[in-house]
Amino acid sequence: MASDRAAVAAHDTGGGRGHYRALVWRRQLILAGLGAALLVSLCVDLALGPARYGLGEVVQGLFAPDTVSQQVRVVLWDIRMPVALMAVVVGAALSVAGAQMQTILNNPLASPFTLGISAAASFGAALALAFGVVLIPAAIEYVVPVNAFVMAMLAALLIHMLSVKRGVTVETIVLLGIALVFTFNALLSLVQFLSSAEALAAVVFWTMGSLTKATWPKLGLTTLVLLAVLPIFARRAWALTALRLGEDKAASFGIKVARLRLETLMMVSLLAAIPVAFVGTIGFIGLVGPHIARMIIGEDQRFFLPASALSGALILSASSVVSKLLIPGTIFPIGIVTSLIGIPFFISLILSSARRSW
Amino acid sequence: MVTIRLETLGAHYGRKLLLEDVTTPAFKSGDMVAVIGPNAAGKSTLFKRVAGLLKGPGEVQVEGARRGRNSICYMPQDTSANAVLTVYESVLLARKQGAGWSVGDDDLARIDEIMKALGIADTAFRNIGELSGGQRQLASLAQTLVREPEILLMDEPTSALDLSRQVEVLGLMQDLARARGMIVLIALHDLNHALRFCDQAMVVAGGQLVACGPSSEIITPALLSEVYHVEARIEPCSRGIGHVIVDGVAAQRRTFASPATETSIRNVDRENRKCGAMAAQAS
Repeated sequence: MASDRAAVAAHDTGGGRGHYRALVWRRQLILAGLGAALLVSLCVDLALGPARYGLGEVVQGLFAPDTVSQQVRVVLWDIRMPVALMAVVVGAALSVAGAQMQTILNNPLASPFTLGISAAASFGAALALAFGVVLIPAAIEYVVPVNAFVMAMLAALLIHMLSVKRGVTVETIVLLGIALVFTFNALLSLVQFLSSAEALAAVVFWTMGSLTKATWPKLGLTTLVLLAVLPIFARRAWALTALRLGEDKAASFGIKVARLRLETLMMVSLLAAIPVAFVGTIGFIGLVGPHIARMIIGEDQRFFLPASALSGALILSASSVVSKLLIPGTIFPIGIVTSLIGIPFFISLILSSARRSW
Repeated sequence: MVTIRLETLGAHYGRKLLLEDVTTPAFKSGDMVAVIGPNAAGKSTLFKRVAGLLKGPGEVQVEGARRGRNSICYMPQDTSANAVLTVYESVLLARKQGAGWSVGDDDLARIDEIMKALGIADTAFRNIGELSGGQRQLASLAQTLVREPEILLMDEPTSALDLSRQVEVLGLMQDLARARGMIVLIALHDLNHALRFCDQAMVVAGGQLVACGPSSEIITPALLSEVYHVEARIEPCSRGIGHVIVDGVAAQRRTFASPATETSIRNVDRENRKCGAMAAQAS
């Protein structure tokens, strides 16, 4: 903080301009800090597992794979790397999805998880896993993610249609979201009840959310979705930020609010559905990630967007570390870990939102 | 020289007709036009329609503007926001809409200049959620001015300001309109401000244009009685500017009515003809 003040003082001659430049500089430092923390977390994640390696060994294995033993190399690159990177990519995707959902619905409690989009995706995927239901014909290995996406999109559209109705308040949307969560959870239970014992095991394990299902191709597709969507959001950074000044104000800036909302919601469903399809339901990242980003960096999307991605990635990567540490030798399904961490945070958020602006 | 003229303008919200048949003479660079009328008369609707935010029949004819229709900026009525953004950032993002990520020194210099002119430089790095109603209104004004409009539509921009700030802001707008050749359409409830600061006035009631012309000629006891249902006199102040003095409420109480059922004000055609005649005279 002392250095911030010094930076501000040095720029004071420029009035608001100097102060603003100092603010931007500080935010870039925060982003760099988040990135560095994420790298550390990733390395620790790679080091942990049934066999524990030293951090030095991990770094050596990453940058000079030929100098470590073949066993270390295989464990690091083929077994742990897809899982560890999946934590990073899924964390980033869910957090960005939550951030934009909160932005377009102007609601701090919005996230794919709390508004039923994740639950819808789970239901869609379970249909494929249990009964082989195909909502849109696709290559056999992608039936599950496509189903998840279609259901997520339907849920998102439903929320959108309700949110643009006149007289619908922010609280109403959250309540509708909760209704969707319960609806899709009930449908999911129905699928579980009707499915065979083997399919049931698959569905249950899958709904817990676990990164151990990650493979290189799944990681590739998730990364692709994230990399495709991020630039689209980035290009609309000013417009998305303006939405937070209120719909009227944004429209007065020449933004086509309804269209921006709908397009953003589509991309949010994609971002939320694909991770759910591959690694199951991982809750609360989409809620906690953006809130942390907002607290440390504000809501200018040029910084808020990368900060949301990085904080979500960091939380999930750190949760992955925790899931390995809880009982040595056992890797907990990560969805359980994030929910246990997320719920107290969620409650504190509800209680504090009455007192201060978010 | 920029001009704007409204030609049989109407507006729908869904199927509901909120505004019909508004025709005005051409307003030109430097004009301050007061848009007055009772609550729910259609002033905001008129502004939104002119800004292109609502659809409807008729036409907004803009001539001589650098960016055509895009040079119209609409400043909505006070909207509260709880975003985690500083005032400075909110003004910056108003300026950068449709532009790239990079922020140039000229952008920042312009923001500094406007915030200083509006007297809110000291709140620049406060969160917009923490501002008082008046500060928020000034911040909103900064967001609008930073976009360098040529035609500015302001919806009750002084409703939350104290008296001295009202006079300051309206004086500033008058100066800006003249210095930069802007056309400022400004919805006001204070008719004394309309008489003092605006050379032209449009009176909207029941979704229709009731009268339009020089404000000192338009704002008369007869109009106040007809539109606001008050008994009032207009007397000059020490500087010779007319002031409205309300003596009492007219015997017949006014009711809020939608355009479809409004029957008390049906002289629109006559007034439109009057506007047309004035336009002809002016040219």
